[in-house]
Formats: sequence, C-alpha cells, structure tokens
Amino acid sequence: MTNDRAFDPEDVLRMARNMRGKLPRSLGLVILVAAAVIALVSSYYQVEPDEVAIVTRFGRFVNTTGPGPHGKLPFGIEQVQKVPVQRQLKQEFGFRTTRADVQSQYSKDEHTTSESSMLTGDLNVATVEWIVQYKISDPYKYLFKLRDVEETFRLMAEASMRSVVGDHNVTELLTVGREAIAAKAKDLLSDLCKRYDNGISVQQLVLQDVDPPESVKPSFNDVNQAIQERERAINEAWAEYNQEIPRARGLAEQAIEAAEGYAVDRVNRAKGDAQRFIALEEEYRKAPEVTRQRLYLETMSRVLPAAGKKLIFDERSKGILPLFQLGPQAPQEKAEVKR
Amino acid sequence: MSARIAWLLMVGALALLTLNGALYTVSEQEQVIITQFGEPIGEAVTDPGLHFKLPFAQEVNRFDKRWLEWNGNPNQVPTRDKKYIWVETYARWRIHNPLLFFQRLRDERGAQSRLDDIIDGETRNVIASHNLIEVVRTSNREFEQAEEAEDVMETEETHQVELGRDKITRLILERASQIVPDYGIEMVDVQIQRVNYIDSVQTKVFERMISERKRIADRYRSEGQGKSAEIRGKKERELKVIESEAYRKTQDSKGRGDAEATAIYAEAYQRNRELYEFAKSMETYEKSIDKDSWLVLSTNARLFRYLQSPAAEGEGAKR
Repeated sequence: MTNDRAFDPEDVLRMARNMRGKLPRSLGLVILVAAAVIALVSSYYQVEPDEVAIVTRFGRFVNTTGPGPHGKLPFGIEQVQKVPVQRQLKQEFGFRTTRADVQSQYSKDEHTTSESSMLTGDLNVATVEWIVQYKISDPYKYLFKLRDVEETFRLMAEASMRSVVGDHNVTELLTVGREAIAAKAKDLLSDLCKRYDNGISVQQLVLQDVDPPESVKPSFNDVNQAIQERERAINEAWAEYNQEIPRARGLAEQAIEAAEGYAVDRVNRAKGDAQRFIALEEEYRKAPEVTRQRLYLETMSRVLPAAGKKLIFDERSKGILPLFQLGPQAPQEKAEVKR
Repeated sequence: MSARIAWLLMVGALALLTLNGALYTVSEQEQVIITQFGEPIGEAVTDPGLHFKLPFAQEVNRFDKRWLEWNGNPNQVPTRDKKYIWVETYARWRIHNPLLFFQRLRDERGAQSRLDDIIDGETRNVIASHNLIEVVRTSNREFEQAEEAEDVMETEETHQVELGRDKITRLILERASQIVPDYGIEMVDVQIQRVNYIDSVQTKVFERMISERKRIADRYRSEGQGKSAEIRGKKERELKVIESEAYRKTQDSKGRGDAEATAIYAEAYQRNRELYEFAKSMETYEKSIDKDSWLVLSTNARLFRYLQSPAAEGEGAKR
C-alpha cells in the first residue's frame, strides 16, 4: 500500500539540465557520490511480518516478496508497494471508535447516522450499526483491480446490509433475526467481493447496536414493558392458583377422611351394640321374668342414687306436697322426706 | 579543456533528454494512448512495462485501467406508489475503450459528469416506475414472527414484490450499460446504496410506527389481563370441583356408614322388640337422671312396696 516512489530518474535529469554550464568540477564529484548513495538507499527495502510487497519493474508486476530485508533495482526502476495481508482489518458503520482502549470511546455524527439509518422490509425505519472484519487475500488484485478499494468496500458493505435489512421486518431486526441478518449480509458482501474480484476476503460481519429511530424508541420500550406486565399478571394469577388449590385439595382430603372415619365409627358402634343386645337376648330367653326383674332393679339401684332430689310420697297422706318449694334454688341439697 | 567538457556534458544531457522523451512506462493500473501532435496513434497500450515512442512529437495520455468510482448524490425520487424517497446509488465502471473514451470525453472529469446524467436518469426512471416495496425488499420471504405476536403484526404493507431490489438494480445496470459503450466505458456494477424517506414522509412513518407499537403494547397488556383472568377462572372452577367432590364423598361415606349401622341394629333388635324397648328404656333412665334431676316417686311403686311392709305380694302396684 505504501508507495515507495523515493526516486525518479526524471528528477536527476532535470537537476542536471538546470546546472549545465555553471557546474564547477568538484561539484560533479559530489553529485556522483550523492547518486551512488541514493542508488544504494533506493535499492533496499524491508517488509514487515504482517505484510507482503508487490514489486513492479517499470510499472510491470514482477513478483511478490514476503517479510524480511530485500533488494531491488534502484532509481525507481523497481518499485515496491507493501500490503498488510496478515492484518485483520476493520471497517465500522454507523459509528467510529475514537479511542480503542479498555473502555473504548465512540463517536456518532450526522455522517455516521446516515450510514446506519435504513428501511426495513415492512417499510419502517431502523438504525443499524455494524462492523466488518476482513483480510486482504490477494494483494495483486487488491492493488490493481479497483482504484479506491477501501471506499468501494464500504459502499458494498452498505448496499449488502441494506439489501438484507430490507428483506426483514423491524421486529426480526430487533429481536430474533439479528444473527440471520448478520450472516446473510456477510454472505452477500462476500459474493460481491467475489464479483468485484477485489482481493478482499470478509472474515466477519457483526451487528452492533440495532435500534428503532430515536423518536420511536419510547414506544418500543413500552412494548417491552407491556410484555413484562403481561408476564407479571400471568405469574400473579398462577401464584394465587398455587396458593389456593393445594390447600383446598388438602382440606377436601381431610373432610373425606373424616367422613370415612365417621362411617367406620358408626358401623363399629352398631356392631358393638348389636353384639351386646344379642348376648343379652340369648340370656334373657332362658329366664325372661327373672332377668327382666333383675335388670330393672339393677338399673334402679344405679338411677336412684344418681338423682339429685328424690321425693317419695305416700298417696294416702295428702297435703304434704305444698310444703315443698320446688326448684333449683331450694335451700337444702337433699330433702328426703320419709314418713 | 573546460570547453570540451562542457560540450560533452551538453551532448550527454541532450542524449538523456531524447531517451527520456522516447521511453515511457505503463504501470499495472494504467493504459496509454499515444498521440502525435494531438492525433491518436495506434491502439491503446495496455501491457505494463517499459515502452518506446517518438520523442518530442508523441505524447503519452494515461488512463486508468482499474474499476473506477462513481458515487451518486442522493436523489429525491417519487416511486410509482407516490412515496417520496432519497435514493443514493453508486456505480463502478472502467475505461473499456480508451481511444473512444479519449475522443468522446477527454478525461475522467468529463466521464463523471456524463455518468451523473446517465445513472441518475436511469435510477430515476426505474424507481419511478416501481413501487417502494420493490426497491426495499429483495424477495417475498415470510417474516419470522417473534413469540405470539402474529396477529398483532398485520402490517399494512405486505405487498408481494415482483422484482425486488436485486432485479431493480440489475435493471438500472442494464439500461446504463446500453448507453455507456458509446463513450468507451463499461459499466461493471450499479448498486442502490441507500434508500431513505424524505423528512416529511419520515415523520409520518414514525407516527405510524408509534401507533403500531402502541397497538402491540395494548395487545400484550390485554393479553396479560385475559390470561390472568383465565387462570383465576380455572382456579375458581377447580376449587368448586374439589369442594363439591369432597362434599359428595363425605356424604356418601356417612350415608353408607349410617345405612350399615341401621341394618345391623335392625337385624339385632328384630330378635326381640320387647326386650329392646325394655333395655333401651333402662339405659335411657340411667343416662338421663343425674344430680340435677328430681324424682317424685309414689310408695305405690312396686319398687317401694317394701318400704312400709316386708310382706311379700301386698296390694299390687304398677311400676
């Protein structure tokens, strides 16, 4: 890329022409020495590790040389152009890195904005920033195929990106389609490079910030917020569901178990009662009168002591009843009246 | 002595000058037309390297052999569907026939202004006879939809494209390519670099985008409310199901218990109804009489008949 046009034979001649006649003899010697020095200097060149040099003789390409020190014909007979073939080159679109550091600084202006503003397939507008990383794969083509390779490459990249973005809608561009868009734009740009045969191979195309236009941004953010709100509403409803349903299930289970218990209780008690009755009845049948009497009297002997107040009166002696004050507030706990 | 040297020097200088006039180089990126007193002589020299010509009389006219740039200015063009847009194109061309080029245009400056006319004109023609969507889209690929936003996104502009951007640019290229050979130029590529709305249209587009987003946001919000109501409804339903099923099951269990108990009782008591009545009465007395109860008993009762006399079988008394 660097043009080593250090020395041109025409210059020497012109110099000689100007000095003709008024040239002292000693000066001629100086010129000779100077010419020798220039010849020496102009026949040496060095190629850096990441470069190759394209050597041309009288303008015609002769060969390519790799890194290291090299010699060439002096006085501009052979000229050298160095091309950084190993270097990963980068172009930025929609922004410029002003200082690349741990915390890089970027700048944007009217020019970069016009690079990044584009139409989407649903005829909306979006701002797309991206970078392209590339290498010079063929230095000969890179130098001699197009006059302004780098600028052309930028235009090609812009055209490719816009073409791909134009085939996607704004939602895809902002969300799901990012990677696909970058990949397609890269393919398109690579194809274009192949068609232009410009000696560049595209390594990577990476989308950077992709945004809706500034004045539309708030409403895009509102959509995101609405999505959040929707999720929250749904989550809250599920939370309520999860709070209440398992509890209700538990309570239902409890009621069912309790009812089962009730049923078993009833049956067992019935069986118990029945057994007891059957046993009694069997004995009773053997001696009904006596048993009956015994049962009666036994019951009475338990019942009578249990009663709080007992009043036993003789039907033949009248008039005693009114003397008793009936009721719970009766002063005596036990009033046994016997005659 | 010094005069001889001066003479020698002069002859040498003259020889050098002649040689310089007779030799010329052609670089890899150049092609040359030799003119003799302004008149082009022979074919163009495209072979790079050292070449000879007549000194002094012939002149070297150098032309670039590489692809050359042409970057258009933004053009305001109405599309067929009356949308006003800025279109920016770029083209790459090369000097195909340097002699013709030299004769018709003289130099690149002349070429640039001619290309301005040709490409801008053709761009205008092609764009004006197609709808905007044809310039923006390349294919009819279906847009991929994010999440469930499908029916939210029905955009107004879902026309199918007939040609698309690719073919439109090719059309411009083809048309320009038909004109430029007259100037010794070959058009190698034309691309639409940028398409943008003019400001007044852009404002409207932004408004539309805003209302579209609002519609989508509203949709999401109501979707959220709808879904949450749905979940609450589901919850209510399940609660009712759970509760009523529990009720049914408890009633069922209780009923079965009661029924079985009843059957057992009935079967047992069936054996002796009279005894049952007696036994149950006894049990009831025992249960119901406590310390708060008053018993008013007559000495006529059979139980108390021994209270007054121990004689067996006195006057009979009822229980």
